[in-house]
Amino acid sequence: MTTGFWQQAKAVSGRDLLRERRRGDVLWITIPFGAIALLLVPLAVGTDAALLREIGPGMYWVIVMLFGVLVAVGKASSETLPQQDASLLLGLDPAAGFVGRSGAATLLLLIFEVVVGVVAVGLYDISIIGIPWLIFTLLTAAIGLALLGTLTGSIVNSTSAGTALVPLLVAPLSVPLLLGATQSYEGLRLGHSIVSWILLMVVVVLVVAIIGVLTARPLQET
Amino acid sequence: MTSVHFRTVTETPLVELSGVGVRIGSTQILRDVDLQITAGEVVGLFGANGAGKTTMLRLIATLIRPAQGQGTVLGADLSSAERYDVRRRIGMIGHVPGLYPELTLGENLRYSARVAGVPTERAGEALGAVGLAGAADRRAGASSHGMQRRTEFARELMIDRSLLLLDEPHSALDRDAVDLVEGLIERKAAEGGAVVVVSHDRDRINAIAHRSVELAGGTLT
Repeated sequence: MTTGFWQQAKAVSGRDLLRERRRGDVLWITIPFGAIALLLVPLAVGTDAALLREIGPGMYWVIVMLFGVLVAVGKASSETLPQQDASLLLGLDPAAGFVGRSGAATLLLLIFEVVVGVVAVGLYDISIIGIPWLIFTLLTAAIGLALLGTLTGSIVNSTSAGTALVPLLVAPLSVPLLLGATQSYEGLRLGHSIVSWILLMVVVVLVVAIIGVLTARPLQET
Repeated sequence: MTSVHFRTVTETPLVELSGVGVRIGSTQILRDVDLQITAGEVVGLFGANGAGKTTMLRLIATLIRPAQGQGTVLGADLSSAERYDVRRRIGMIGHVPGLYPELTLGENLRYSARVAGVPTERAGEALGAVGLAGAADRRAGASSHGMQRRTEFARELMIDRSLLLLDEPHSALDRDAVDLVEGLIERKAAEGGAVVVVSHDRDRINAIAHRSVELAGGTLT
């Protein structure tokens, strides 16, 4: 009896979410730190409401990008060698493992985005506009960051350079996501078209997804 | 040396290594390894710490590629993509458990069943077979080393394997569990599979293995 790609991805996703539910890394550590980081900005720049409203969306996305990638990298590199070996000897397709881990990280990042978003709206008095596009942007950013973090985690696991590589790998691909997310909100606020920014984010998501799936097996082997 | 032969060994080779070397980073771990393991055979693998025993098991498990020489496992070339297709037929229990400590013993087995494509009901049956039916809801991280090892043996019972690779299978196990492990080894050999057992306990392994090989300095002697 063989098992399908998506069944394996679902099993890996379920495993990671269950592990997270028991460990609580995102819920009890990452989310509070993200909220604290948002709280520190007004302490640094003052309480000028107009200024905070202006920089609020940008600060929110910077926090989401930084913490988001750390969450996904952490999840992707949290398996020990015996655990990885055991999964591979169950016949786990490394590409299904990549998709499954990314799926779990996407859900965790969505929770992070929503909770930290509520804090940002409260602290910076950010207007919520263009809700369907906003939801699409949040979802695309979560998927993109999850894929990027999972890919980076896989690379970190497969090389002796360890976490020193993370900033070099993450920066080039997270910048288009950050630009796309912040400029989409800005476009919605000013009534401009945001299609090009959304497309930029979607292209980044697709590129990282393709690279992740195609390199899953070679990275597992090194 | 006492030796118990569970069945007549056939000549079907499940593992064939010829002049194989393995390099990890800049270190040559294995060199010029020649080994053939046939169906129905139980092979003991001995060696001092750092001799390359674990690397040897991971090589046979297709988890690392040879840097030199040629090898096939279950008919798949170790240097080609064929090896991915046979992995599900290879079981390995290392000396460090590969369970997820946050999950219960039952959840660990059900995850294994889902990935391997076997019915999840088998997880409960397998836990029962290793005497852990009442411990299914216990977290792996809160279970003793012996219970974790039993759970790993349960995984191997649950999935149909042709080749079993066991690293110090008797460690941390009580007498009942040792009987269970030796029963599993006997059954696997009788079914036409093969078992490689790494151990420092020569007497115990010599009693169950058809033959033994020794690794010294990365080479089989």
